[in-house]
Amino acid sequence: MSTTKFTISNLPTRRPFGRRRKVCPFSGDQAPKIDYKDVKMLQRYLSEKGKIVPARITAVTAKKQRELTRAIKRARFMALLPYAVV
Amino acid sequence: MALYEHVLIARPDISPQQVDALMEDITRQIEEKGGTIGKTEYWGLRNLAYRVKKNRKGHYALMYIDAPAAAVHELERKQSINEDVLRYITIRLEEFDDQPSPILARRERDEKKAKSRADEVRY
Repeated sequence: MSTTKFTISNLPTRRPFGRRRKVCPFSGDQAPKIDYKDVKMLQRYLSEKGKIVPARITAVTAKKQRELTRAIKRARFMALLPYAVV
Repeated sequence: MALYEHVLIARPDISPQQVDALMEDITRQIEEKGGTIGKTEYWGLRNLAYRVKKNRKGHYALMYIDAPAAAVHELERKQSINEDVLRYITIRLEEFDDQPSPILARRERDEKKAKSRADEVRY
């Protein structure tokens, strides 16, 4: 690596805290299915107040986030998840 | 015919036998209309996440239905009238899943874990 020549287009970007971009937890072969009956799985995408956590924080892809939102709303309707935690 | 998943919440003050009877009723109804029932599950008396018609608990049941749309419409109409049913949901499926649903699967796993823990204590 040390021998590669740096041009303006491949300057090494500094990552001071070594934070990597997270990958979508629902993409890939081993990905869990999004199911409104899987309460424990859905709870990982809810805040303490019971709100749906935005995809930019959980790194879920837009398509999967729509699916997830639908599943959470179904689970709420069937009283498996709360609408709001007081 | 299309595949559906029907989940219902029944009133907590009826017995599990009555829930079974209710599910048999639904089965009969669907079969009369030329449909079939796939797997059925009884999840037991569960706590509700919030109060539904003043109830804090409810019997949950799940059934897989393969029936024409008309039969499902009729089922939904009947469920809305039935006072033993607090809530129901019918969802169209692409395929039936032969695994137990996450709720039952998790319970089985928990029981197994509890049992192995109990075994450890014994030895």
